[in-house]
Amino acid sequence: MSDRHPLFKPLIFVGGIVFGFGLGFSHMARPEVVLNFLQFDDLGLPFVMFGAAIVSGIAFALLPRIRDAAPLTGDPYERRLKPFDRNVLVGGAIFGVGWGLSGICPGAAYASLGTGNVTILWALAGMFVGAYAQGYWRSRSQSRDTSPAGAD
Amino acid sequence: MVTDPVLLQTGADLFPNGISRYAVGGLLVGLGTVLIYIGTGIPAGASTFLESTLSYVSDQSRFQQYVGSRDWRLVFTAGIILGGLAFAATFQSGLVTSSLYEPGTTGQLYEVAGVTLWTTDVQPWRLFIGGILVGIGTRVGKGCTSGHGVCGVGSASKTSLVGVVTFLTVAIGTAQVVAALGVSP
Repeated sequence: MSDRHPLFKPLIFVGGIVFGFGLGFSHMARPEVVLNFLQFDDLGLPFVMFGAAIVSGIAFALLPRIRDAAPLTGDPYERRLKPFDRNVLVGGAIFGVGWGLSGICPGAAYASLGTGNVTILWALAGMFVGAYAQGYWRSRSQSRDTSPAGAD
Repeated sequence: MVTDPVLLQTGADLFPNGISRYAVGGLLVGLGTVLIYIGTGIPAGASTFLESTLSYVSDQSRFQQYVGSRDWRLVFTAGIILGGLAFAATFQSGLVTSSLYEPGTTGQLYEVAGVTLWTTDVQPWRLFIGGILVGIGTRVGKGCTSGHGVCGVGSASKTSLVGVVTFLTVAIGTAQVVAALGVSP
């Protein structure tokens, strides 16, 4: 951890800036635009998520063939694969209700704050409340269970 | 004739703002993800930040499992916020102009120190209650629009594809019902 490469955090920072700029440019940082998509008034929004998925998909497929490990961490290049269970459906549905009600998701909320959207602090406050509530509840039920939990 | 006027009209109705700004923005989101992945091997998602940041103030085990990543996730989020500000200072402020950016189509524009900022008209109660559900759902469901939608779909993960179909379908249903109830904006 402490012996991480000195460029580790600067690279994360630069990547975040490009990521956030893209969310601003795409207008996904505007809840109105997301709601217009979900109400079928403007179907352009999927090009943001799937455009980004295609770009990252190419990198995820190519990099493991080019190099064995990432230069700043020494970690192997792996795909993002998570085990499927009921939580993916339950959590996805809860997230869907929240996204459909508010028009904002976590990354877009951070970028939206950057574009000057102080009102989005309501959504960010809500996200922390929600994340805390589920974490508090799951930490407790986890410590009650004797079996090791395999989530994440 | 290649260009059917009826088809063109339908296209304009479905895509009143075209697709370029969405696609270009999406490519940049992907590029940011790839920059981090090339250097670190990490497929970074945005919503883990919520729990990893809570580990600074709560010793619940669900949050403490992210102690190792909480510092860089804070840096990632700070970058995203600054990226949004960079967009505001350039395109939104008119310093850089592009046919892909048209001001004033949604929300309110206001100026601070020469930078044109933007704020939403969506009502605070929708943002707050929706935000609570987003906070619960993304963490229980193992990912958000970037974790599942960008990194997971980019990994051809079946879990993420199912996650995306689930939250997209439910979000469309929810937004349609909320709009039908006359709630706007």
